[in-house]
Amino acid sequence: MVNQEQIKVKVDHMTKRFGDLLVLNDISFDVKKGEFLCIVGPTGCGKTTFLNCITKLYDLSQGEILVNGEPVNPRKHNIAYIFQEYSTMSWLTVEENVAFGLKMKKLPKSVIKKEVDEVLEIVGLTKYKNYYPVELSTSMLQRVVIARAFAVKPEILLMDEPYGQLDVDLRFKLEDELLKLWKKLGTTVIFITHNIEEAVYLSENILVLTNKPTTIKEKLSNPLPMPRNVVSPEFIDLRNQVTDLIKWW
Amino acid sequence: MKKKENYWYLSILSILAFIFIWWLFCDVLKMTKESTLPGPIKVMETFIKKLSSTAPDGATLIEHIGSSLKISMGGWAMGVVIGTPLGICMAWYKKIDLFVRPVFDLIRPVPGLAWIPLMIILFGIGLTSKIVTVFLSAFVPCVLNSYTGIRQTKDVHLWVGQTFGASNFQMLINIAVPTALPLVMTGVRVALGASWTCIVAAEMLASTKGLGYMIQQARGIFRPDIIICGMIAIGVIGALFSWLLSLIENRIVRGAKHI
Repeated sequence: MVNQEQIKVKVDHMTKRFGDLLVLNDISFDVKKGEFLCIVGPTGCGKTTFLNCITKLYDLSQGEILVNGEPVNPRKHNIAYIFQEYSTMSWLTVEENVAFGLKMKKLPKSVIKKEVDEVLEIVGLTKYKNYYPVELSTSMLQRVVIARAFAVKPEILLMDEPYGQLDVDLRFKLEDELLKLWKKLGTTVIFITHNIEEAVYLSENILVLTNKPTTIKEKLSNPLPMPRNVVSPEFIDLRNQVTDLIKWW
Repeated sequence: MKKKENYWYLSILSILAFIFIWWLFCDVLKMTKESTLPGPIKVMETFIKKLSSTAPDGATLIEHIGSSLKISMGGWAMGVVIGTPLGICMAWYKKIDLFVRPVFDLIRPVPGLAWIPLMIILFGIGLTSKIVTVFLSAFVPCVLNSYTGIRQTKDVHLWVGQTFGASNFQMLINIAVPTALPLVMTGVRVALGASWTCIVAAEMLASTKGLGYMIQQARGIFRPDIIICGMIAIGVIGALFSWLLSLIENRIVRGAKHI
């Protein structure tokens, strides 16, 4: 039984309909403070809708989402969201892009500078801070977005298949960077992916969703010690277990 | 590394080629009479003379240019200052859009020049009628372009703002306006062209000074050399403005044009 104080996000009977289409069907689960939760499920099962509900981009049809015991509110709760699409802003330099969230929260300039410098150093973009997005490679763009999210020191970081369009080498590198940041900052992470290997590599817990109308098929805990070895028998076992759960064929 | 090639000389060459052909047909082959189409040498002589001479229309070329510039710049600046924020607000705030759009849609298809007769009746042939006409010509492209620019804001950028807790106004200033800036600048440039065209035409219809007036007077006394001088002044000033605005645009529109 999880202590109520440890619960960061409580999803209670979350239901979302678009007209007659029922997308999320009465989903309930908790995410602990500092947890790294991966959500996997078949394509089109409503994973993105789920994150959009957490950030209030969509209103729920029924149920509620609580953060620290109160209804979620992006103005009040420090949330960062890394979207599937490229979301760097072309008119801002790397440094200004990373500072964007802090600026929206109206923090003092000295604090913004300190936080931005620190996070740029972590993602290795200090040298490129005056570059514009159009001058950067795909991996660098993704690192800018990650840095922007971490700069606000979010209580909750939501990631929607952030590495879906990257090649394998780069994905591994950025996954390790993400784990490093997560451990350092103690952020609660909800990470959506369709890549089962990625889910097993990163997560503490894995939530497997069904096809639409989406419900929770199973929540698995991932006991493998970090750093994980993707070719170890235990890793492959867990990966196969998740794959079996996700199969709809 | 491939050397970056510079073809600026092609632009100079095209102007020289045009003048050469003109000279060849008019001054060398004498295919036209000087009283209908003079050659470049005669036009150049008139141009230099007209810089200081008030004959035959009562003002020097510089005075005509000054008069036209004053009115077109005034009307253009008003069009930009009123039209751009209005377009931005229409695109961002639905209620403003619903309120303003019906009137704007009625005004939009009316060409700037079509306002002249009404303006002359309302304000006479003085400064006001022309400034208002120019304003209306400049106003429409400013509204249209800033409106379209704001509408191009990407959802994902707004989502980023929203999840960071930005207010609606913060998102307008920090996301939508920078997104719209390239198109806003295009609107400002189109408005400048429209106001310049409009002022010359307005002066042809009703004026006592200005490039349009100078051309119209020259037509009455069969002086094609002065007409061409006026046309050259209009063309050069228009091109100069366009170039100046491109420079400003390159300075303020960031990111997209780098590399």
